[in-house]
Amino acid sequence: MEIERPEIASPHEIDVAEASRIEQLRESCQQPIPDPDAWLDEEIRRNVLVTTVDYVLDWARTRSIFPLMFGLACCAFEMIGTATSRFDISRFGMDIFRWSPRQADLMIVAGTLTWKMAPAVKLVYEQMAEPKWVIAMGACAISGGTFRESYSVVPGINRIIPVDVYVPGCPPRPEGLIHGIRQIHEKVLKDSIRR
Amino acid sequence: MTVALNGEEIAKKIAEAFPDSVASADKAAVIVTSQSLYQVAEFLKNTPGLDFDYLNDLTAVDYLDYLEVVYHLTSLKHNHSLVLRTRCYDREEPVLPSVVRVWRAADYQEREVYDLMGITFEGHPNLKRLLLWEGFVGHPLRRGYL
Repeated sequence: MEIERPEIASPHEIDVAEASRIEQLRESCQQPIPDPDAWLDEEIRRNVLVTTVDYVLDWARTRSIFPLMFGLACCAFEMIGTATSRFDISRFGMDIFRWSPRQADLMIVAGTLTWKMAPAVKLVYEQMAEPKWVIAMGACAISGGTFRESYSVVPGINRIIPVDVYVPGCPPRPEGLIHGIRQIHEKVLKDSIRR
Repeated sequence: MTVALNGEEIAKKIAEAFPDSVASADKAAVIVTSQSLYQVAEFLKNTPGLDFDYLNDLTAVDYLDYLEVVYHLTSLKHNHSLVLRTRCYDREEPVLPSVVRVWRAADYQEREVYDLMGITFEGHPNLKRLLLWEGFVGHPLRRGYL
């Protein structure tokens, strides 16, 4: 009896396909993506009705931001420490760290991003539902840090995805990350549903 | 605590079994020739009294004149350890025998050395880049890489 075998790519073909994805991303991401900073403009004219709706909606959003776990290196431990009882980000309604990008609002990229990992980060960012925000945590995520000139490290995650808040440090303490989250709240409060 | 064995004594035992296999030896390590590496590895694993059944670490160093591969071995049975080294003088196409059939732990480590140092391990079942992607030009941990 003839058994019909589906076409399965050989391991080598999968490797070559992965390499071509990385090279394409590397070529297309030579310049940093500008930070989304239109919200800094205070001169937004709003009518009364939208302002009220905005206020309620933004209030609800600031108190229910679900972060996405994206620990890539040692900064992840400070992020985990932020979630534990001493620093307790449950205070901001963030107690559920989500592993699924579909259920998350805030992506905390904690650690060194290599070019091999970069397509995965971009994919996860694109899978997140709007509205979404990104924190670049630590020197490596901001600019590549000490590995900036390295052959394998992305010099700042803003080459791959737009970043809302940068939290400097190597690694930043949990207080620093909480300050970054407060900055995200400030940003969300200035958001309008008309966007 | 694991006892680090004297390299000179082990070198004598190796030289008894395989003459001309030991290049040099001191208290810290045994340096064997690259042709006899596989036989020495099997000898160290299977000889009663030595029983090096555990490969802690496999790494490589670039000394400009030659590339050196370092094997850290431990016997869990006797709780002693040894450092085994071998040298590749051909920098253009360095080739060493693979020890995956002796210690399975060498699989990923040899792939890493192949990836970052460019040493080919003959007899490795799946020798391809581990940390970098396919088609990456050069071997980043070589001294000459910029």
